[in-house]
Amino acid sequence: MPTYMFLLHDDESWFDTVSPDSWADEMTKHRAFSDAVRAAGGSVLGGEALERTSLTTTVDNTGDEPTVTDGPFIETKEVFGGYYIVDVADLDVAIALAKQCPGAHVEIRPVMSTDDGSAPPA
Amino acid sequence: MARLPLPEPTDPGSPIRPGGDEVAQLVERTHRDHWSQVLASTVRVTRDLDLAQECAQEAYLRALRAWPSGVPDVPVAWLTTTARRIALDGLRRADLLRRKLPLLMEPGQRLGAGSDSADDANGPDEPTDVLRLMFICCHPALAPDSRIALTLRLVGGLSTEEVAAGLLVPVATAAARITRAKKKIAGAGIPFRVPSPAELPERLDTLLTVLQVMSAAGHTSAAGTLQRSDLTDRAVRAARLLVAALPDPVVDEARALLGHLLLTRARGDSRIDADGRLVLMADQDRTRWQGADLDEGLDLITAVLTSITAGGRSPGRFTVQAVIAGLHMNAASFSETDWPELVRWYEALLRRWPTPVVRLNALVARSHLPGARRPELRAELAALEGEPQLARYPYLPAAVAELLSRWGDLDGAAVAYDRAIELSRNDVERRHLRRRRDAAHRGPATADGPLSDP
Repeated sequence: MPTYMFLLHDDESWFDTVSPDSWADEMTKHRAFSDAVRAAGGSVLGGEALERTSLTTTVDNTGDEPTVTDGPFIETKEVFGGYYIVDVADLDVAIALAKQCPGAHVEIRPVMSTDDGSAPPA
Repeated sequence: MARLPLPEPTDPGSPIRPGGDEVAQLVERTHRDHWSQVLASTVRVTRDLDLAQECAQEAYLRALRAWPSGVPDVPVAWLTTTARRIALDGLRRADLLRRKLPLLMEPGQRLGAGSDSADDANGPDEPTDVLRLMFICCHPALAPDSRIALTLRLVGGLSTEEVAAGLLVPVATAAARITRAKKKIAGAGIPFRVPSPAELPERLDTLLTVLQVMSAAGHTSAAGTLQRSDLTDRAVRAARLLVAALPDPVVDEARALLGHLLLTRARGDSRIDADGRLVLMADQDRTRWQGADLDEGLDLITAVLTSITAGGRSPGRFTVQAVIAGLHMNAASFSETDWPELVRWYEALLRRWPTPVVRLNALVARSHLPGARRPELRAELAALEGEPQLARYPYLPAAVAELLSRWGDLDGAAVAYDRAIELSRNDVERRHLRRRRDAAHRGPATADGPLSDP
């Protein structure tokens, strides 16, 4: 069963205005998503919500010396705000689940094998 | 399925021994008509598109060598069996696949319900296999350009060079699109299966769109010649396979598209006159429309409408488009076109598919209504000219030019013709536009019609 990472991209200004009720609704949606993964015969291997980008620090290792800056690597309106790692049957199942996943944009990335004996990707 | 025009061997012990040319032609014909079946059945063994393609190609090569000493009763079955055996032998020799390559997944889901037929031991299940192949080539997770290239390559059996020629892109571009799509299928885990009933309408829409674009590329190629009938024929063939394999009522939209493709093909020859000049629908000699395609197309569309009405369903986008084409072609002459009815169907299409191109075609249809209000139409044309999607669409200025010359604004028409000539990528069309421009200088045109096909 292939492993996918769901990258959840959202407008983080939501955090500025969210009420306790909306927050609870959101958590309910996330629990429903985990239930849906199990109902589809898959499993949730992990997942986290990420703190706001105002708390982000970026280390740039491309120069002669690493530099450290405040803020995310790329400034965008919608930010990478959380993820799930799921094992599901195939991309079609993953797409069906991503449609139920709370998140303005859900990016589905297959996880690459880096086990012993793995080869560079084709 | 068309019977092969070879005599049946009367005695299995003494098969006919045709000449080399005859075999080559038979192999070529079987390739054209059955490639997708042979490939699709082989994919179930290899679970890898590239390997299946190599095995299927090898089977056709072996047919060229083997068939001169006896043509099998059912050539396509021989090819399928041979390709699958080559695949199995190859898999046994090298455990390559299991170690290195990500495999296509077959969760074994079939259309509707039922057991899994994906087991290697089972015989080929051709309609379902071909459906799987079409759906994987047209998966929404693939880039639209890649879907068409991959469908032409795998379902149509065209070489990469032919795909490039058909789509008017460099060979390297076509090859890159095909490679990218295959890598995504394997690497992202796109399954080789028919979509579930819940997914089917949306997935079918993507697939039918690919066939429609394929046929359109055949109908109006950007090269010097106007038609690339091979692409149209392949789109028709794929649509036939779909119609044969899909269940009611989802088959309606596929049947409607097949009808539409047949109507388009029926008109093909009449689009060019004896001097190689483009003839618009308004001026086409309707007796030159191909009777068999025309009749079958109209019958299919009528059958879909009957089925939809009986089932109390509302027609889908492909049905509405097919009805529009049918209304255009059902008229005894252009002037006898039922414009009010056409305008109603265009409005139905706009509700389902509100694109600027549809708005343009609907506007042209409305311009033929008695009492059409020019100021309103002109204002809408101006709005369309501001649509970024139509900025390089040659049929917009062409339609503007036709309307303006009908309305007596010859200077405006000349400017619009120049713009259309500049944007057109087809020599035959450009020559046509120059003729219309020069004629407009001499006086108002008499005949008219949308340059873009409905």
